[in-house]
This record gives sequence, structure tokens and C-alpha cells, in this order.
Amino acid sequence: MATSELIRSRRRAAALFLAPMLALLAVVAAWPLGRTVYFSMTDARLSDMGAHSFVGLANFWNAEWGGLLEDPAWWGAVGNTLWFTAVSVGLETVLGLAVALALSVRFPMRGLVRAAVLIPWAIPTIVSAKLWGWMLHDQFGVVNAALVGVGAIDAPLAWTADPTLALWSIVAIDVWKTTPFMALLILAALQMLPGDIYEAARIDGVHPVKVFCYVTLPLIWPALMVAVIFRALDAMRMFDLVYALTGNAEDTAMMSVFARQQLVDFQDVGYGSAASTLLFLIVALMIALVLTLGRVRVGDGR
Amino acid sequence: MTTRTATLQNTALALALAAAGLAAAQPQEARAVEIAISCGAVGIELELCREAAERWAAETGNTVEVVSTPNSSTERLALYQQILAAGASDIDVYQVDVIWPGILGTHFIDLAPYTGGIEAQHFEAIVANNTVDGELKAMPLYTDAGVLYYRADLLEKHGLPVPTTWAEIGQTARAVLAAEQDEGLWGYVFQGRAYEGLTCNALEWIDAYGGGQIVDADGEITVDNAAAAAALTEIAGWMADIVPPGALNYTEEESRGVFQSGNAVFMRNWPYAWALAQSPDSPVRGKVGVTTLPAGAGEGAAPTGTLGGWNLAVSRYSEHPEIAADLVMHLVSAQEQKIRAVRGAYNPTMPALYQDAEILAATPFFGDLFDTFANAVARPSRVTGDKYNRVSAAFWESVHDVLSGEADAPTALAALEGDLARIKRRGW
Repeated sequence: MATSELIRSRRRAAALFLAPMLALLAVVAAWPLGRTVYFSMTDARLSDMGAHSFVGLANFWNAEWGGLLEDPAWWGAVGNTLWFTAVSVGLETVLGLAVALALSVRFPMRGLVRAAVLIPWAIPTIVSAKLWGWMLHDQFGVVNAALVGVGAIDAPLAWTADPTLALWSIVAIDVWKTTPFMALLILAALQMLPGDIYEAARIDGVHPVKVFCYVTLPLIWPALMVAVIFRALDAMRMFDLVYALTGNAEDTAMMSVFARQQLVDFQDVGYGSAASTLLFLIVALMIALVLTLGRVRVGDGR
Repeated sequence: MTTRTATLQNTALALALAAAGLAAAQPQEARAVEIAISCGAVGIELELCREAAERWAAETGNTVEVVSTPNSSTERLALYQQILAAGASDIDVYQVDVIWPGILGTHFIDLAPYTGGIEAQHFEAIVANNTVDGELKAMPLYTDAGVLYYRADLLEKHGLPVPTTWAEIGQTARAVLAAEQDEGLWGYVFQGRAYEGLTCNALEWIDAYGGGQIVDADGEITVDNAAAAAALTEIAGWMADIVPPGALNYTEEESRGVFQSGNAVFMRNWPYAWALAQSPDSPVRGKVGVTTLPAGAGEGAAPTGTLGGWNLAVSRYSEHPEIAADLVMHLVSAQEQKIRAVRGAYNPTMPALYQDAEILAATPFFGDLFDTFANAVARPSRVTGDKYNRVSAAFWESVHDVLSGEADAPTALAALEGDLARIKRRGW
């Protein structure tokens, strides 16, 4: 069946309008990504990027020295990242939901409180990381002083140095920083809910918890999943907070910290690009998984 | 014919342009230029660097911009690598660690034409270290070796001698802590963060026990041995009671912070901490002693210190390399080394200055510890070449695991040997 002239002309117009956007994406996204994938198959070094040769998939795996897939430090970083993503995004979602529900209720000065909640999110991560680094300092830190003061702990803890605590400290700071972002996205969804459903529920005398479980949650579910995906994407490529707080330490190294160390500290552009490429693939895979499990089609209200 | 004329005309034009360019360039060389220098900012390093550079600027009529860089040497190297890999001319003179000439050398000019042979008056080992493929890539600014700081007042109060072995440091610290009963007081602080500084510290422990230098001069991996395990086990045994738990995230300045505020009996640090510990506002002024780091135990045990120190190099991408080299030669001159030694306790790199009365008056231990500085143990950076950073990172991660109690020393060292073998398979 021939498409009508109108539809064809509309498609042409759409293509025309999309072209600048696609060109921009090609320059700022596709080109760097393509270069990273290309370098991941070379032995390029940072000191002389021009002189490199093609080595195929040797950076990923080879019989001689193993490659990325046999590198325990890489898998440690993958494990840290997945653990961090699951725990921090989980906590942020629950807390963000609670904050959003509280902020959607009418009370005096609500606008002011809504703005104030965003402050942790607005502080640049490096600044808040350094700030928390000092607050969590084992000798001079205010957190230890306060906890010892109220008798919660006997002796100051080394929050960022003790390997059993360091990752939890990072999660705590990230939750502090990012919960407002979650709350804001969920709040936006809550604002859109139709009031008549709640009125009906109230007339029927439904318990508030039931209202939340059977009315609110299903209605905000798509928005919630989009927020979770955004956060998970962010958490998977987490870098600044960890690097500022604990540097390259393997106990807390994330995938991007590992990739940066290879690329810059070790000048191994080939190997570091291979790590970046795997990072990209893992993030893509995880997002696909979340989208499937959450049964969400982005842009579709379900 | 016409083509040929055109070519000739073009050539003439190009020559004329080049001549004009030269003419324009000449007076510009004579005019004052701005040289950017990156200086470390550990202790009062930055202040001393700025003052010295200003003296040069006043003498020559040029101007100097001092760029401060991260305190962690690992981060500083990363920053340099990014700037240099981009071929940026923003910084003309770089302050580089003793282990970096091999890594960054390709980005630096040969300084030999500008020195007038003065490098012969510096420590031979450092000049050899800075020479890559026959080119003098950097001039020595100051040298370093790890030293032991102790609270002379506390040792005297409890009638304890200055320790001469690592085990004695532990015993002495425990004795002082038990006698003082002060909750804020710790026994020993050092650089325990997972970075280059931990490699320096741990190399001192292992070498003091006769456990070698991780990789020997022939490139053989030697780190998995009983002496090295004994050394790490000794220090790991301190983590529970005499070392503050946060030390696993300390660099030089954090450990100095704890020691200088009077909260530690012993500290391992570089000589620069002396001038600051003795500064007028220091709570421990007049209470501090400095000695060589102690020996270990067993066969081959000997006192040792890791060779550190910083050098100045001129970027290949500098717009005024001759002028930048002139600044370097001013900063490494005997008179500037003397000012740094007197005011900041930065070790001169000229043996002759270790007999200078003024320097010895300001920093008495320079004389006593001359052998420590002259015979400091080098990190295996030359033999491992551009894989050194990988080797060092693998080493500090293993040591960090042992100190934090995640692995015992023999297990961690065996695993490290495997990691290093993996790195070596790609060649060094």
C-alpha cells in the first residue's frame, strides 16, 4: 500500500528536524564511544597515542597474560559497583519515596522545605566528598566525636580506611546526596495523580496503607522505574565520590575508578579502553534487565 | 615556465614571511616572558618554591606563575600525564618525583646543554637516575629518604632508649602508651593510604628485614620471601593497638597532622616534617628527635630508608624552553638549596652542602644521617620501566590488605608474586 503524500512529507520534515540532533549525538556520543571501542583492541599507550597496533581481543582475554576477564582487580571493581548500585539505589528509592510522600502533603512553608531538601544534591560532589572526608576523619572528625559523645561507639572508627566500613560510608554519603533527586522525581509523579481516586477510596473507607499499595504505588510505578533507571545508570558509572574519598583502594574501587587507573596512572590506553568498553556493556545489560523486570516501556504510561 | 615562476615567487614569499616571523620572534625572546612552574605543596614547599622563583624573576625581569598540584604523588603524576599527553604548553617547568623520569621522560627536553656541567656536583646516583637514554631529563631539586621521628620528651620521661629495630618501636610505643594512659595518644603513624607513599613505607620494612626490593636489579620478582613476610607481620601486629585505624587512609600530611599535634610517639616521614615540627606554633616544638629508620630482625637486617626526592624538568611543549631551563638552574643552585635546607629541612642534593655550618645548625640530623641519605634504597622503577606504576600499585594493595587484616602476610605475598608475574608476562 502506497503511503500518502502527506505522510511522506511529514517524514521528510521529521528527518530534517532530527538531522542536527543526530549529527550532534554522532559527534559527542558515537565518536568517543567508537574510539574507545577501537582503542580497546589496540596496545595504545598514553605517552604516545599515535603509535599503536591492533591486537584484536587480547585486552579482553588472551592465553599469555590473561587479559581483563582474568584480572581479579577488575572483577573486584565490578562486584563493588554492583553492590554499591543495588544498596544505594535501593535505599535512595525507599527514602526518596518517603520524603516525596511527606512533601506532597500540604503544610506551611512547603515551598521552602522542598527547596531546602535539594541542597545536598546541589553541592558539587567533590566538595561534599571532601567535606564528608573531614567529617568522617578518624582523629578530628565530627561524626566520631558525636557518636562517642552520645555513647553509640566506644572508640573513634576509621570510616574511610577500614575496609569493612569504607563501602558503607560511601553508600551513606551517596544516599545523603541523591535521595533529594529521587524524592523530586517521585514528587513530580505524585503531583500528577488524579484526586478523584483518593476521594473514592476515602468514601469507601480504605485503609491509607492499602491506598498506598493499591492506588498510589501502581500509578507512580512507571515514573518510579524511570527514576530508578536514571539512578542505577548514575551509580554504575560512579567515580568522583569514591575517588575523592578513598582513591584507588581496591576495597572500594568502582569500574570507572579501575578504568581511570589503567588509562591514566598506568598509561595503558588499550587496557583501560577495554575496561571502559566492558563497563559500557555491563551498564547496557543491567539497564535492559531492569527495564524488562520492571516491565516498563520508557515514554509509555503502561 | 609560468608554473616555475609561480613556484619561485611562492618560495620568495615564504622566505620573506619566515624572515618577518624571525624578526618578530627575536625581540620577543628578549622581552620578559612568563614561565609557569608546578611545585609541590607538601608542608611549606609551595611557599619556598614561590619565593625562590620570585628571586629569579626579579633578577631576570621575567615573571613566574606558580601552579600548585595535588599532595598525593600518585594523583600528581596522573595530572602531569594528562597535561603532557595533551601536549599542553600551560606548564613549562615540572617538579617530578625521582621515580618518574622513566615514565615521563619523553615529554622533557635534555637539560645537559644548560647546566654548564654543574650536575657533577650533585649526588651521582640521582643524576644517573635522571638520565634517560643519555639525556639529562631533570635536575635534582632536593633528595629524600624516610626517617623516624620520635617524641624525645616522652622517651626521656619514661627512661626508654631510641629504638634501633622495628620490633623495639612497637615495644617502646606500647610502653609509652601504657604509662601515659592518654586516649588521644597513638604509638606510630605512617603513610598507609593505598598510594605510592605506602610502597615507600613497606619497602623500608621489607628491606630492613633483608627481604629485598620487590623486584631485584635483574628484573626477577623476589617479594615472596620469609623476611618480607616477617616484616609485614610485625607492622600488621601494630594495627590493633598502637596505630590509629585511620592511618590506612593517611598520606604524609595527615600523619604529620597527628604527630605534630602531639598525638603520636613515633612517625615515619620525610625530612621536611622536621622544619614544621620545630616551627614556632608547633605543639611539639623542641620535643622531637629524628633518627634513621631502624633495622629489622634476622639475617640481612639493616637500617634503611626509601629514596625519594624531587627534580625539575622542562616540558618539550614549553614555548620558552631556554628561559625555563634557566629558571631550573637557578632553583637547583647551591644558594637556593641552602635556603630550602635551612628554612624547610629539604635535603640538598649536593654532598658539599652537608658540611655547611648554617644548614647543620638548622637541621642537625643532616650530618648524622648523611649515610642514610647517600645510601637510600631505591624503588624498582628503573628495572620495571613503564610498568613500575602497575608493580607499585599491586604491591601497595597487597600491603594494604595485610595491614587491614584481610589477608595474612605469607598469603598476600604469594598472591602478589602471582600478580607481579602476570604483569611481567607483558614485559618490563
